[in-house]
Formats: sequence, C-alpha cells, structure tokens
Amino acid sequence: MDGLDTLKAKYLTAVANAADESALEEVRVAALGKKGEISAQMASLGKMDPDQRRAAGAMLNALKDEIDAALRGRKAGLADAALNERLRTEWLDVTLPARPRRIGTIHPVSQVMEELTAIFADMGFAVAEGPQVESDWYNFDALNIPPEHPARQEHDTFFMHRAEGDTRPPHVLRTHTSPVQIRAMTEQGTPIRVIAPGRVYRMDMDQTHTPMFHQVEGLAIDRDISMANLKWTLEEFCRAFFEVPSVELRFRASHFPFTEPSAEVDIRCSWAGGQLKIGQGDKWMEILGSGMVHPKVLTAAGVDPTQWQGFAFGMGIDRIAMLKYGIPDLRAFFESDLRWLRHYGFAALDMPDLAGGLSS
Amino acid sequence: MKLTLSWLKDHLDTPAPLEDILYALTDLGLEVEEVDNPAEKLGSFRICQVIEAVPHPNADRLRLCRVATYPGGPGTAMQEVQVVCGAPNARTGLIGVFAPVGTHVPGTGVDLKPGVIRGVESNGMLCSERELMLSDNHDGIIDLPADAPLGQRFIDYRGLNDPMIHIKVTPNRPDALGIRGIARDLAARGLGTLKALPVPQISAKFTSKINVHIAPDLKAKGCPHFAGRTIRGVTNRPSPNWLQDRLKAIGLRPISALVDITNYFTYGLNRPLHVFDATKVKGDLRIHAATGGEAFLALDGKTYTVRPGDMLISDDTGPESLAGIIGGDASGCTPDTTEVFLESAFWDAITIATTGRALKINSDARYRFERGVDPAFTLPGLDLATQMILDLCGGDASAIVQDGQAPDTTRAYRLDTARVVSLVGMDIPEVEQRKTLEQLGFTLNGNMATAPSWRPDVLGEADLIEEIARVASLTKLQGTPLRRGQPGVPKPILTPIQTRERTARRTLAALGYNECVTYSFIDNTAATLFGGGTDAVQIDNPISTELTHLRPDLLPGLLRAAARNQARGFADMALFEVGPAFHGGEPGEQHLQAAGLLIGAAAPRDPHSTRRPLDVFDAKADAEAVLAAIGAPSRTQITRKTAAWFHPGRSGNIGLGPNIMATFGEVHPKILNEMNVKGPAMAFTILVANVPLPKVKTPTRPALTLSDLQAVDRDFAFVMDKSVEALTAVNAAMGADKTLIESVKVFDQFTGDKAEAQMGAGKKSLALTVRLQPTDKTLTDADIEAVAAKIVEKVSKATGGTLRT
Repeated sequence: MDGLDTLKAKYLTAVANAADESALEEVRVAALGKKGEISAQMASLGKMDPDQRRAAGAMLNALKDEIDAALRGRKAGLADAALNERLRTEWLDVTLPARPRRIGTIHPVSQVMEELTAIFADMGFAVAEGPQVESDWYNFDALNIPPEHPARQEHDTFFMHRAEGDTRPPHVLRTHTSPVQIRAMTEQGTPIRVIAPGRVYRMDMDQTHTPMFHQVEGLAIDRDISMANLKWTLEEFCRAFFEVPSVELRFRASHFPFTEPSAEVDIRCSWAGGQLKIGQGDKWMEILGSGMVHPKVLTAAGVDPTQWQGFAFGMGIDRIAMLKYGIPDLRAFFESDLRWLRHYGFAALDMPDLAGGLSS
Repeated sequence: MKLTLSWLKDHLDTPAPLEDILYALTDLGLEVEEVDNPAEKLGSFRICQVIEAVPHPNADRLRLCRVATYPGGPGTAMQEVQVVCGAPNARTGLIGVFAPVGTHVPGTGVDLKPGVIRGVESNGMLCSERELMLSDNHDGIIDLPADAPLGQRFIDYRGLNDPMIHIKVTPNRPDALGIRGIARDLAARGLGTLKALPVPQISAKFTSKINVHIAPDLKAKGCPHFAGRTIRGVTNRPSPNWLQDRLKAIGLRPISALVDITNYFTYGLNRPLHVFDATKVKGDLRIHAATGGEAFLALDGKTYTVRPGDMLISDDTGPESLAGIIGGDASGCTPDTTEVFLESAFWDAITIATTGRALKINSDARYRFERGVDPAFTLPGLDLATQMILDLCGGDASAIVQDGQAPDTTRAYRLDTARVVSLVGMDIPEVEQRKTLEQLGFTLNGNMATAPSWRPDVLGEADLIEEIARVASLTKLQGTPLRRGQPGVPKPILTPIQTRERTARRTLAALGYNECVTYSFIDNTAATLFGGGTDAVQIDNPISTELTHLRPDLLPGLLRAAARNQARGFADMALFEVGPAFHGGEPGEQHLQAAGLLIGAAAPRDPHSTRRPLDVFDAKADAEAVLAAIGAPSRTQITRKTAAWFHPGRSGNIGLGPNIMATFGEVHPKILNEMNVKGPAMAFTILVANVPLPKVKTPTRPALTLSDLQAVDRDFAFVMDKSVEALTAVNAAMGADKTLIESVKVFDQFTGDKAEAQMGAGKKSLALTVRLQPTDKTLTDADIEAVAAKIVEKVSKATGGTLRT
C-alpha cells in the first residue's frame, strides 16, 4: 500500500498549502468528495476479499480521518487568520470621550433631611408634617406665645394678606416647625415620637440669613421622659449625624416660651485652618434649642400635663448641613447655581442609611 | 443688657473672679455676649512726670521731653525716657499719662515703636484722652493734679478698670434688666451674697403743688399705680465722674445729674423714672387715654401723632409724656431746672407694647415696661431716687402724691420636688431646691412657693422647675438613654406620600436632573403668569418685591433659576424641584409637586453625534418615569387641555379620567419671554398626591404566566389625517382582540411635505407594530389574517384612515 503514503503526503501538503477556504474546499473535494481520490479507493474495497478488505479498509479509514483532521485544523487556522486580519483593521481611538450622560444631583437640604430621618427612625421617631401657611394660633398661641408677648416680635414674622371684612388675625408663614408639635399631638395623641423637618420663614435677609430656611423639630412625649433623655437623644443624634466617635454637648439654661426648662445646646468643636472638627477642641458652638414641653403647650394639644411629659427641640437643617459638609454660604442654598448644585449635591443613589453609614 | 463689674458689686458681695462670674451668667441663662475689659486695653498706660520739656532743635511746634516713668508701679525705680511731643501743654513738671514702646494705642490704632522724629529719638508717648478713647479731647495731653501717684496705672487712678459685661436677656426675665436682678441670680448660684438695699425715709418738707389723677378707665389695666413728688431747689449740674463713667461704660451718654439718675435707676434697679421740670407743668398731671390725633413732641426731638387709646400724661396745656415710653420736650429738664416732679409709675405691659410698636419708639423705659417691672417697687424706687437727687442736686422733697395702688400679683404654686427630679432627670436634693427658690426671692410655705413681685414670668409649677434646674446648672446634666419606643427592629415610619416624595426626587436625580430648592414666595409677575398672584396668597410684609406671593407652581422658580444660569453661560440644563405649591392662603391649601425643566440640548457636543435639542418627548419620558416610580398605573390617558403657561399645541396631561397626575410640554414662548429665559424649554409638573395609592398592600407579586407559544409581530402602516392622534390608532388596535393582542406600539411616523406629496395634502402615515401572544395553540396563518383584518377595520374606523399599500 505504498500508494496510500503517497496519497497521504500529497493531500497533507495540499491542505497545508491551501491559501484560503475555497482552496481548502477544493482539496477536500479532491480527497474526500464523492468522487475524490480516497472515496474512490474506498469504493474499490468492495472488490477485495474479506481479509484484504479488512486490512486495507482500516488503513484507508485512518488516512481519511487524518486528512479530515488536517482539513479542519487548517480551516480553523484560516478562520483565525481572517478574523485577526479583520480585527487588525477594526481599530478605534478608544481615548475618545465616552457617550455623554447627564448626571443629576440631590440638594444638600434633601440629603440631610434623609439623614435626619434615618437616625431618628432608628430611635422610633416618625416624620410629621404641617402646613407652611399657619394660623397664628398654631404658630404662636398654642405654643404659649400670647399676642402681646415680646417673643412674637422677635420672630420677624411674614403675615398673609387678610381680605377686608375678614376679622380673623392674619395667617402667618410659619416661623418655626414647632406648630407641627401641636398638630401631631392633636392628631396622634400620646405617647408620641416625631420629627418634623421643613421650610420655615423669617423676615431676615443678610449675609447669614435668608427669608426661607429649614428646621427640624423633634418631639417625644411619654410618661417619664426627662431632660436627661433629651440630652442623650441629642448626643446620639449628633454623634451619628456628624459621624464622629463621640461628641460632647453642653446644655445652657435659656428661654423658649414653649419649653420649660429650656436649654440652648452647644457642641464641642475646634476651628483650625477654616476646618471645623466636631467632638474635639476647646470651642463651643451653639447648634440648637430645646427643652421640656411646657404644660400649656401639652394642654393646647389636648394632652394632660399631669400624666404626660417629654421634650422638644428645634434645629436648623441648612446650618447643620453647612457644618457637616463645609458649605460656606447659606444664601447659595437657594440660588440654584448649577456649579454649586453639582459641587455640593449628592448622587441619586447616595441614599443615607445607618447600615452603610450616612455619607459613605 | 450691659453692666459693669463694679456696678454689679454694688449689689453682690463676692470674691469671685471675673471668669467665674461670666461662666455662671451664661450657665444661668444670662448669656454673656461680649466682655470689654479695660485692663486688657489700657493696662500699660501709667502716670508719669515730665522732668523737663525743651523746644525741639529742628521743629518749632514740637517739644523734647525727658519723662520720668515707673514701669514697675508706684514706689519702684524711675526710668527716664525721651519723648518728642507735639502737645501745646507739654511742659516741665506736667503729670501725665505715658505709653511705653510696644503699647497698642486704641485711639489711633498704632502700636508704638521706637522712633526718630526730625532727627531726635522718641521712645513712647504722652497721651491725650482721645488716644485712650476716653473722650474726643485732643487739645492737649492729659494733665493730672499734682497729687496723682506717679507710676500708678491710669485706669486704676481714674476708676476705669471696670469690665463691661454685655448679656443677652431672654424676654421672660425683666428682672435681669436691672443689675440687682442679675446679682440675685448669681447669689442664688452661690457666687456671693446679695447686699441689702435699704430704702431711705424721705422727710417731706412741703406738699406738692402738682397732684396726679389716673382716669378711672385706666386704673384697672393701663395704669394701676402712679406716684411722684416735687423736689425744689435742685441744681442740675453734671453728675459726678463715677456716675458718668458707669453710664459711659454701658454706652449711655451722660446728660445732667437729673437725667443720669433716671438712667441709673433704669439699669441698676429696672425702675424707669421720669423727671418733669415742675415749673413747666401747668396744673395737675392726668393719666388718660388719648382721643387720637394729638401731636406730641418727645424728648428725642421727634413729633409723634398718638392713636386713640395710647396712654398720655397731660397737664392743663396738653400731653407732657407718652406714658411709660418717652417724656415730652416741653416739660423736659434743662441745666436751668430748679424744681422737678419725679414720676414713678406702674404701667400695663401690653398697653405699652402696643403703643410703642405702633409708634415705633424704642426706649429703655418701653423695653422694660413691656416686659414687666416690679409693681411693688414703685414707691421704694421713688424714695431711693429722691434721696439720690437730694444727694447730688440738693433741694427739698415734698410728700408723695399718688393715685391707684400697686396691683396685687401674689400667687403661689406647688413645689413638687419629686417631679423636678423626674422632669429634669437630675438628682437635686429637696433642701437645695427650696434654698434656690428662697434665694431667688420666692416665699415658701410648706410646699407652696409664692413668686416674688419682680418675676411676672413665673406662672406655674413648670416655672419653679425651670428656676431650680437652671440654678442647679444644666451643664451638669448627664444624658440618660431614651427607652426604645418598642422592642426589636424599628418599624418603617414614612407615610406613602413621604416615600413617594423621596422616590420622585431620587428618580429625577437618576435621570440626570439637578435638584434646586427655590423660595416658596415669588414675584407677582411670575405668580400671575402661573395662575396665582391673588390677594389670598399675598404676603402683607414682603422682604423684597421679588418675594411677594406664594408660588402657585414650581416652574416659575425653576425658570428664574434657569435664567440666572443662562446668564452665567450655561445653555443646557435639567433642573428639578420637589416641594409645596400653594393654591390658596389658608393653612393646608398647599400641595406637593415634582417639577422638571429641560433647556438646551440632550448632551454637549461630542464625536458620537449625541447632541440633539431636547424636546417634548424628553419631558414626557421623564414625567412617565417618575409616575411609574411612584406607582402610577401604566394605562393612562393623555388630554390636551393644559394650563396657559404651556404651548397649546405641544403639551399634554397624563391622567386617569378627570384626575390629572402630570402635565408635560413645551413652555409657552410668551412665558419664556416674560421671564427672560432663552428657549425653547420643556417642562413637566407632577401632582404627587393625585397618583392613586395601591388598593391592595402586599409585597406579593401577581403570578408570572409565561407562554411556550411563540409570539407573532405584525406591522401595519395607515394613512390618515395628520391631526389624528396616534393614541387613537393604538387604542383602536388594542381593542381589536383583547386576549390575543399583547401590545401595540407606534414605530414610525411619516409627516411633512414629502409625506403629503405622496399621500395627499393633510395626510400622514403612522406605522404600528402589533404583538400577538397566543395562549392555547400556535397561530395559523388564517388566525393571524383574521386578527389583522380586524385591526385594520378598527383602526380605519377610529382614525378615518386607510391601510397604506
């Protein structure tokens, strides 16, 4: 069967030399096609006696397999070469900018409101809301600020227009979030724990004041809530909010008509190189007002002050946002300058939660 | 409220250093705002003597002085210093005030350095009063008497070493508007003892010619008590230095002894007084309500027209004083005054506040009367002031004339010492609680505490607790954990609307919008353009003409923001706000909106041709995305009757029947023009509360049914009038077979001149793709043809169009 070796050499050479897929196909047809040389040899097997046939058949089959494998191998090699050639021409300048995508932002006030909510929700505080146009009863009287009380004058109140003939006292734009205390207690009864973040309004506009700003009110009423509980709650809040290992608060006696005793709360901090650090240093910074809810306020909200007691506090949201995030100017909060919004804003998915940390 | 340390020590016997006093004041609720300690400013100025003054060799007007200084103080070694001085009174032997090199001179703001003046060395300064900021006097250097002790600190010699303390007094503490009240607080804190204030017996030398009468209708409320006496033979000279210095230290201008004495009582004892020049008072003094319209020239030189009901003190010729607020010019004291009528009265706080506010007069008297002075101190105050006038101005006093009487403000509240501990959360022993109240002037009778007459703010048990807590010191309060409201994992606390508000906000930010927070009040023009600007939403006392009306909608605020950003050079922007809009001026007439504004192109220029102008369908897509995120149903209707600030042809409402959930569209070009925004601008407003809440609240999703049978897509193109809306065709197609048709989508529209040339004037072509999803068997060609025919029929009927062939 010397002829088979020749045949093998002939076709393996032809396969190796095939320059492209069509040349390779020609080789396949010539060797293994219906009328191919090896197919013809296979056909001749029928004329042999069984022993001869068995031996020759095995050799022919082996040859056929070998050529077939060579054909496949060469085919794959040619395909790879063709693909490589295509890829070589498909060059792109990948340093070109990506397709642009608009990036939105969340305003710091919204972000901080969600941070507040996350912290207080963990302590069992719900979020209460109230109207921003308030009757003077809710904004003042119910909070133990009678009409001629000097504290009313200190509120720099915006008054709503009163139609002629309407003898009611004019409504006001709420000067604080405290009226929500009254509404929440009236609607929900006791015990109650709520915070009430929102817009408030004062007639004041200068470098550090805007006629609208944001406050958060806190209220907790139960049978035995004390001012010491208030201090702990605020300490926990400040520690969590400012994301520092510990904070130190100082309560200073003060006066608010709607709480008694009342305290202004200072936080220990340091200022160095324009950088504020909370929880360390030798400076005290006032951050909020607080106290035990005045019995008259409880009474105005339909709560029996001989049975229930608790605390309330109020603090400026914009202010704590400025402190935490190092934002210098309050007025810019309401300017909507795109540069400011992009710089101080938060990503859509920066959703504050206690598990992941508020600002990380 | 300002005071000086020495003045405080008139009332408080204390060895406490200044720092301790300042700390205690703030801790007690009398917040120290400012301390001015002259020792820090003027401590290095000492008394010196000019040994010899000779003319300057190179300057006619200057003198060369050899000055004996004693930097170590009196009795220490003398150091001679050479000083060049320009003062005309610089002379040999003069005793003056020397500032050594290194001193900061407050009057000039200069730090003294060794100098050479016209070729001669000068090492320090001989000072004028102006350089020490003691007066405006700069005619010469300070020239002291011969017995002035050389080397003594000038502030000690002149009694100027008196720190001034400025405290913020909260409105509930009128008693702290007198220095004695502040001293009482400090004594209660344990920082010394309150000195006695003996009231002198004034011997009446005659009967006052002037009598006083309170109109009967004012006795019950406006002026319960009015007292006074005549003092004759007085000399109204300037008051002594110590008194002038005190008044100057707290920022008051000394005027004359009589006037200074009234100020001294106002600040020292919270007892405002008034002195009339008795010779200018005609007849008796009557306290009465004004009929209104009376013109009154006050001591501040201004004429006020009083209103009906304002309280006046009048003599036979007319008003002499606006009661409790300001005296009149006509009967004011002058240096020539020899006979005075000294008034001490108790006025009703509310009446004084009302008048003072209406007439915009801010006086020390008004400030105190409207907060509440001590009604029991009217007569003692009168006697104390009389004695001081007699002491400083001489003269004889008459007997007291008075009408009415001090109102009885006696009231007692129960002291529940256990409740103090429970409420404050601090263990304050009962004995300490009682002691605190007593030191503050309360009278304890068993458990009942009677408030002192000078504390009108004490009106209940809670006030007793506050007094005890603040004196015990809230700084010492230790935090105690607040019990969790319920054991275990906290429950969610947000309401569905609150959750939606957050979702809307986060969705819009994720869609590439920047969140703005704009003012709730806007200018009238913008408010009116957006359907507001009515009287009901007008602010009576706006702070600026830009902020006069509550916003009826969020878009005007965003448009103003866009205009500002355009002015800064930004052409492309996507802004949004989530917040309240106001549909009326009553509480609760507000609703939550989420509004977005798109201006410019979808992207900056880039190599991928991404940039294209933003259009209505961008706004619509984002509005739909927010609606979907907050739970709006997917099947909604679009209506075209939108608000006037939208382009009438390019805007729509997304709603459910009559309930509009959102409006989107192009902003009306006229609105953009009025608001100086370069357009076009696309916008949407979502009425968050109008999206219905889900009927069933369960986390379980409906079961997912997946068909193994292949879905079939079929495309159709219809020619129809160009004004026919696509949704009409879509809805008609959907209705052709409600079980088989899964979806119908518009995938092409062919409009414009070319389309009309092909299909006829006023026509357009609309292409729909319909997906058929069989549920029980594979569709045959016949099935598909049957549905297709039905679709063509339905759409043709609904749109008046025909299948495009």
